[in-house]
Amino acid sequence: MSTSGTRTIIELAGVRKTYATGAAAVEALRGIDVRIEEGEYVAIIGPSGSGKSTLMHILGCLDVPTEGTYELAGRDVSDLAEAELAHIRNREIGFVFQQFNLLPDMTALRNVALPLAYAGVYGAEREERARHALDRVGLSDRADHRPGELSGGQQQRVAVARALVTEPSMILADEPTGNLDSVSSADVLALFRELHDAGRTIVLITHENDVAAEADRVLTIRDGRITERAADDAATKAKVGTL
Amino acid sequence: MNWLETLRTAADAVRSHRMRSLLTMLGIVIGISSVVLTVGLGLGAQDKVRSQIDALGSNLLIVSPGSSTGTGGVRGGFGSAATLTLADANTLANSAVAPDVSRVAPTTSTSTSLTAGTTNWTSRIVGTTTNWQQVRARTLTAGRFFTANELADGADVTVLGADTASELFSRGNPVGQTITADGTTLTVIGVLAESGATSSSSSTSEDDLAVVPITTAQQLSGSTSNAVASVYVEAKSADLLSAAYQEVDAALLTSHDVSSASADFSIATQDALLATANSTNKTMTILLAGVAAISLLVGGIGVMNIMLVSVTERVREIGLRKALGATPSAIRRQFLIEASLLGIIGGLIGAAIGVVGALVLPSMINQPVSISGLAILAALGVSLGLGVGFGVYPASRAARLTPIDALRSD
Ligand SMILES: Nc1ncnc2c1ncn2[C@@H]1O[C@H](COP(=O)(O)OP(=O)(O)O)[C@@H](O)[C@H]1O
Ligand SMILES: [Mg+2]
Repeated sequence: MSTSGTRTIIELAGVRKTYATGAAAVEALRGIDVRIEEGEYVAIIGPSGSGKSTLMHILGCLDVPTEGTYELAGRDVSDLAEAELAHIRNREIGFVFQQFNLLPDMTALRNVALPLAYAGVYGAEREERARHALDRVGLSDRADHRPGELSGGQQQRVAVARALVTEPSMILADEPTGNLDSVSSADVLALFRELHDAGRTIVLITHENDVAAEADRVLTIRDGRITERAADDAATKAKVGTL
Repeated sequence: MNWLETLRTAADAVRSHRMRSLLTMLGIVIGISSVVLTVGLGLGAQDKVRSQIDALGSNLLIVSPGSSTGTGGVRGGFGSAATLTLADANTLANSAVAPDVSRVAPTTSTSTSLTAGTTNWTSRIVGTTTNWQQVRARTLTAGRFFTANELADGADVTVLGADTASELFSRGNPVGQTITADGTTLTVIGVLAESGATSSSSSTSEDDLAVVPITTAQQLSGSTSNAVASVYVEAKSADLLSAAYQEVDAALLTSHDVSSASADFSIATQDALLATANSTNKTMTILLAGVAAISLLVGGIGVMNIMLVSVTERVREIGLRKALGATPSAIRRQFLIEASLLGIIGGLIGAAIGVVGALVLPSMINQPVSISGLAILAALGVSLGLGVGFGVYPASRAARLTPIDALRSD
């Protein structure tokens, strides 16, 4: 499925995730095998409760599988200590969430700069890079606004700027358009397309078919299992659209 | 994330929850201000006692009638027993008996109503000898002290303390005027300069008294007794003080014909007086400081409590920071610094309130309060320590949160 002979960035094998909530255990993921090459634009589509977020948390090293292995750029993440995982989340992965997850007491600029603070980038360089990231999402004039003073679409673009500020190789987005109107959705999706064209790996989680159609490849998840059924069609359409 | 950055983050958190931060700090504010105040009161009381004792004169031994009790304490007040007399004072003044004694001043003391014209004032009449002025290191602002002749004659003259003079003669120069004491008319021949001792009670004030020749004092009280309330003995120098002590002790034991176990007099040095007074003060200060320390502890627990609430409230923020690359130690540091900041700000406010209290309180309670820089520094150190100490647990709770639990809480 990969467009060229690049290296594999994500490799899941037999991944299961079971949540033990009180008496009943919930099997959110029931054996997932997925391989994603560097530079791919992949959508994961599925209905609510199908395990999309659970999968994304594992992909983002925010959570660990109950069973199975996850290799990120060739490294098995179960071997890594919490501090190393933090480092990977900081340098290799940019997150975009449905709820934006901006810190309300900080300006857009400081929100965007936050990952750089944990990357050890300080002072003028950090400000410079944060401004540049805001510029890329077209919000340089909103740098000093707090999230509460921005529209939903603008907030999500700030979140995208934050996700790309450390120049990660992969962007993970969990229903990034779920809280947006169609115009803002189109803006955000256009940003992802740009990032993809610039060589980033993008994993886009959604439950909307037209959003998934943006990706080059679509994985369908249902009851914690992946099928690539109906994916070829969407992927082909998307490819044709961009070529 | 470096320390400066973390400090800024913590300061932002403190600032954005201003009310909660203030309430959190309240315990520490109260604790620190009461520590500063109680220590200040204790030190103030010590300073006051020292100034009173220093104002007695220098290189002094104070001989009182009655036996001493146990360790350093002096039993009984003035004239609790008529075992000390003018004859004793004369013995001690003999350089063959006590070669290291330079001067001796026996004193009697009675409280009497004085009248000048239509003005009445109750004061202390101190009967003594001509040496008193030098022994007690007093100077005069007007007139002169009484002479040996006046002492021998029992002349009706008096030297007034500064406060007594201003009470009886609000205008004009008291020297040359007369006052009446117990029906006897006394001519004011001099006025003493202020002693420099801070005293709150008139019965011990060194500035509210009327000094008369001891012979005159005997006539006033109509007694023929030679008993005295105390004998002030001045040693020739500070180095000779303990030698003088031995000589006085030996001379009085011999002349009273008693053993040291059954001595009917006691000798106090200024140091001993100071130590006795301070030990009482110290107990009080320690007690009060203990109460203050408990309130500090409660304040620290308050910080911990609020920090725990804050961790729970900010689960989402913590999760997000972790998702963006914060290591557990970065999160721990953030919450630890936040707690320390609450502690140190609380400490600063508390110290400021303590200092203001120390400036305002003396005029309200008539007690000196000294501001001790050391106490303030220590208090700030303690409040920082409280912040850190009680911040450790909440901070490690925050650090242990998994990013996912944190992000999921909607
Ligand atoms: N922390 C959790 N504890 C218990 N059950 C969970 C937890 N997170 C998710 N689940 C369950 O796992 C399943 C998948 O959830 P999720 O991955 O959030 O699905 P989606 O994002 O596709 O809506 C759901 O049944 C959900 O209730
Ligand atoms: Mg979801």
